[in-house]
Amino acid sequence: MVLDARDIARALTRISHEILERNKGAGDLVLLGIPRRGVPLARRVAERISAVEGLEVPVGSLDVTMYRDDLRMKPARALLPTEIPPGGIDGRTVVLVDDVLFSGRTIRAALDALNDVGRPEAVRLAVLVDRGHRELPIRADFVGKNLPTSLVERVSVRLAETDEVDAVSIDGAPA
Amino acid sequence: MKRHLLSAADLTRDDAELVLRTAEELRSLADRPIKKLPALRGRTVVNLFFEDSTRTRISFEAAAKRLSADVINFSAKGSSLSKGESLKDTALTLEAMGADAVVVRHGASGAPHRLAHSGWVRSSVVNAGDGTHEHPTQALLDAFTMWRHLGALDGRRVAIVGDVLHSRVARSNALLLQTLGAEVTLVAPPTLLPVGIDTWGVETSYDLDAVLPKADVVMMLRVQRERMNASFFPTAREYSRRYGLDGKRMRMLQDHTIVMHPGPMVRGMEITADVADSDRSVIVEQVTNGVAVRMAVLYLLLSGAEGVTGTDESENDA
Repeated sequence: MVLDARDIARALTRISHEILERNKGAGDLVLLGIPRRGVPLARRVAERISAVEGLEVPVGSLDVTMYRDDLRMKPARALLPTEIPPGGIDGRTVVLVDDVLFSGRTIRAALDALNDVGRPEAVRLAVLVDRGHRELPIRADFVGKNLPTSLVERVSVRLAETDEVDAVSIDGAPA
Repeated sequence: MKRHLLSAADLTRDDAELVLRTAEELRSLADRPIKKLPALRGRTVVNLFFEDSTRTRISFEAAAKRLSADVINFSAKGSSLSKGESLKDTALTLEAMGADAVVVRHGASGAPHRLAHSGWVRSSVVNAGDGTHEHPTQALLDAFTMWRHLGALDGRRVAIVGDVLHSRVARSNALLLQTLGAEVTLVAPPTLLPVGIDTWGVETSYDLDAVLPKADVVMMLRVQRERMNASFFPTAREYSRRYGLDGKRMRMLQDHTIVMHPGPMVRGMEITADVADSDRSVIVEQVTNGVAVRMAVLYLLLSGAEGVTGTDESENDA
């Protein structure tokens, strides 16, 4: 195990403060989690920001399935929920939240998906784990933990909301 | 899912629930400023309609266009089809044009099946109604509408009332709703129930008034006069009195019961205007849901890799 529940909590608290510092407050912020595990992470970050700033931050989810570049190479995938907060994203600062940043292809798809929803003032990216091996010119603005990995390894993020326990671990490492 | 959608019986419970869940996500698209998704960019969907059906065709057309597919409409009137071209030659033409999916409506039962399994075309075939046989996407949109109003369909009682004999909607619904766990009762005069109905696994009744108080869903079917070449009931008026849904019968329903109709309805025949326009009626919503369900079907049949079926649940590819 690389991160336990307390490590994840601390990382999210730090990310929340970094977002506030960078954005100079919580005004105009919208957090969009990428299903599945980006969504509970976005909610947790929003709770922390609300606790500090005393105002509700809109949270939603953004499914990128139909925008993926490998859609035609794999069997049809089930769609996951997209929920844009009622205020929309036009003119706001959108923070995309995901669990693992790897090739960068999911985020590219997310940027395309955002394009069809509206025109944000700025888009930032927050991830719990950055495991490297980028295939596109994309980087995260807020990172919980940099985790250098080999390509044969698998980073597994488990969260209480979806998997009953908070933990980040690396599987399949060569002995 | 299989590569074609020819019959509601092709769908397992998992397949059907996947279509419903996918449709639920796609339905929210109607509220967005840009009602388009890129999933089927560069794919070609041909609407091959040997019978007139404006509402089904535009529903499929809207669904395909919202997924960014190219749509070619091929209807019998004013085309080579009315000049005597055979189904085979039409199919070979479509294949030569590079169709990825063929949505076919045909007056003969089994025509979509022939198209899918003849080897004439490599594309996916979607049955948009064949003769008096099946209309699976209509059943899916009906199930989707029920599911949105009532939740899971297990143990729900659905009454399908009217011209079951000529209705592909009734057959597809009976198959799909039973797959989803609902109890189906077909209500019609004896002359309008098909031979061999006992093999469908459904209840039948000749008495509408006895069925209505227990039903969670009442689906009225259109009396298909164009297929009535024999006299199935004495007069239209007698049919309306015994099997039409009017305000008086509507008051026998439970509070949560919804009234459906696949359209086009004949007001005053199988359903009165006050019922069709009442709060219980979800007839207009069925049309909206039809686009979402057909998008889900096209997406699930076409978006994946060729020759690969089933869904991919792998997640750690962020």
